[in-house]
Amino acid sequence: MKGASWKEYQKDIADDGYFYVRSCIRQNFFPGSEKAFLSILRNDLGKDIGEDLKHTSCTGIGYHTDIVPLETIMTVVARQFALMGEAGYENLTSSCITSFGIYTEMLETWHEFPETEERTREYLYKATGREFKKPKNVAHTSDVIYKHREEIAAKSKVRLVNAMTGEPLQVVEHIGCHYAKLFPKKGVGGSEFPYVLAGMIESWGGQVLDYPERRHCCGFGFRNYLVQANRGFSIANSQKKLESMSRYRPDFIVTNCPGCAMFLDKWQYTIAEMEGSIYGQDGKGIPVLTYEEMAGLVLGYDPWALGMQMHQVAVEPLLDKLGIDYDPAAKYLGRNGKYMGVPDQGAVNMNCTSQPYMRTL
Amino acid sequence: MGKYYDILMQDVRMREGLSSCMNCGVCTGVCPSAEFYHYDPRQIVSIVQSRDDEAIEEILRSEALWYCGECMSCRPRCPRGNTPGYVIQALRKLSQSEGFFVESEKGRQQLAIKRVIGGSILGEGFCIYPRLVSPELHPEQGPVWKWILENDRDIYGQFTPVYRTGGEGALRKVDEETMGELHRIFEVSGGKEFFERIEEHSERKAREMGYDGAGDDYFMDVYTSNNGSHTQQ
Repeated sequence: MKGASWKEYQKDIADDGYFYVRSCIRQNFFPGSEKAFLSILRNDLGKDIGEDLKHTSCTGIGYHTDIVPLETIMTVVARQFALMGEAGYENLTSSCITSFGIYTEMLETWHEFPETEERTREYLYKATGREFKKPKNVAHTSDVIYKHREEIAAKSKVRLVNAMTGEPLQVVEHIGCHYAKLFPKKGVGGSEFPYVLAGMIESWGGQVLDYPERRHCCGFGFRNYLVQANRGFSIANSQKKLESMSRYRPDFIVTNCPGCAMFLDKWQYTIAEMEGSIYGQDGKGIPVLTYEEMAGLVLGYDPWALGMQMHQVAVEPLLDKLGIDYDPAAKYLGRNGKYMGVPDQGAVNMNCTSQPYMRTL
Repeated sequence: MGKYYDILMQDVRMREGLSSCMNCGVCTGVCPSAEFYHYDPRQIVSIVQSRDDEAIEEILRSEALWYCGECMSCRPRCPRGNTPGYVIQALRKLSQSEGFFVESEKGRQQLAIKRVIGGSILGEGFCIYPRLVSPELHPEQGPVWKWILENDRDIYGQFTPVYRTGGEGALRKVDEETMGELHRIFEVSGGKEFFERIEEHSERKAREMGYDGAGDDYFMDVYTSNNGSHTQQ
């Protein structure tokens, strides 16, 4: 019985030929992750993945802050599907968890209420002259990495183990709410036992940490972060998770939602500045990684080429644990090797940013 | 009796999200907003189910309508397959259509969201772009984010060849033809009209509150005001 119900939550993920749609949040805060994802798919796995410069936001943040009507976002989604078809693809993969939830919700709504699909087709044609076919397969980009996790393991240059002790690193995995809470059967493992990140961690040598608030929201809450007056909600929820996980001494957090990665990273800084609480080991913060960064490190990508210098919580303690050979000074070099100076010190990146550079001067 | 309920039931999210609530309260138990705010989704769903126009209008004017963060944690847990988060979405749509949202501090924030996120969607083609997250309005983003914005072209330039310019890649400037299509979609599907409705009701309320219209001062008021009565102690 248990085995049968688990089987229900194993989603079908296309093996090749993906139309890629970017994420508003990921490209702002983790542009190196989007670049790395495309590189891993094309160069390490030899897959066909394309995009179209005419695609836009799905407007999901507007929809979940209730300023964009359902009829409007449906038509925007339909336009993305039209672009996918025009580019010759049948499978869609979305970088954003909010968008993944949106694409899934619109397809399910069209299925349940066919009149909404008809209306959307009319709106799209009237507005753009375009027509669309629904994708054969919709996957979040973390699903795609999950599907190819053993191939990545076979090519790995780094394992998720402590290079000094040989022990597996202890990893907190955080799944974005809209990955599987909206449509549990559209996520690997459903909403109660999502396995999409845990599968990667286990395949690459790490150990998944369980903790009481594992499935609690990161605290984005859309309007609750976007409006300054509401941010207490956001930080309080992140704090609840961080306090719950910290007693299990995680080596790092990995998320499949770009918003969650950003909040769990930035709120550690804010909480440290407000209250002096620091949740990581040795008086430092807990590094927060995207799954693209985790996959990139495993495949031997340089951490600064992955964009990990854009994190507030310094990642150097983790890189040292993994035994990764990196250039501390290169963290502060921009395009064409230009030195950009160092950020001001904050409580959770103290002793991890300016000093390594100073050592090399 | 039932006028608002009938309007709400035209929204497919209501038909999907509310069939027969038995008031067990699992949604409230799992809700991050209920833990933080004076908020009880079970009660809201129960009132909507009663079809009582007066009580529903009270919700449409209330602070409580705006506490939900739409994480949808309620959806997989409801034993009856309801989705209180969908009910909230439908109620918020109606509150804005009818102009009731400006009667609460949290509801008035819709103007700020419309101008910031809506403005970014129709101006840039994306919900956010780096400079929208300014250190002045987002001190919580910390010193690394400030450093990124001070060096944006050099930092983003490492990861995308088209930062704020045309072409394929991250953070590109979306071309005019695409922006034209996006605007037409908003016009045809009611998105533009909805934006205008938010502006009109906010303008009326701003004048009622003594502002010279819904300009920058009113914007900052709705973006920052918190009367301290919303949260659990």
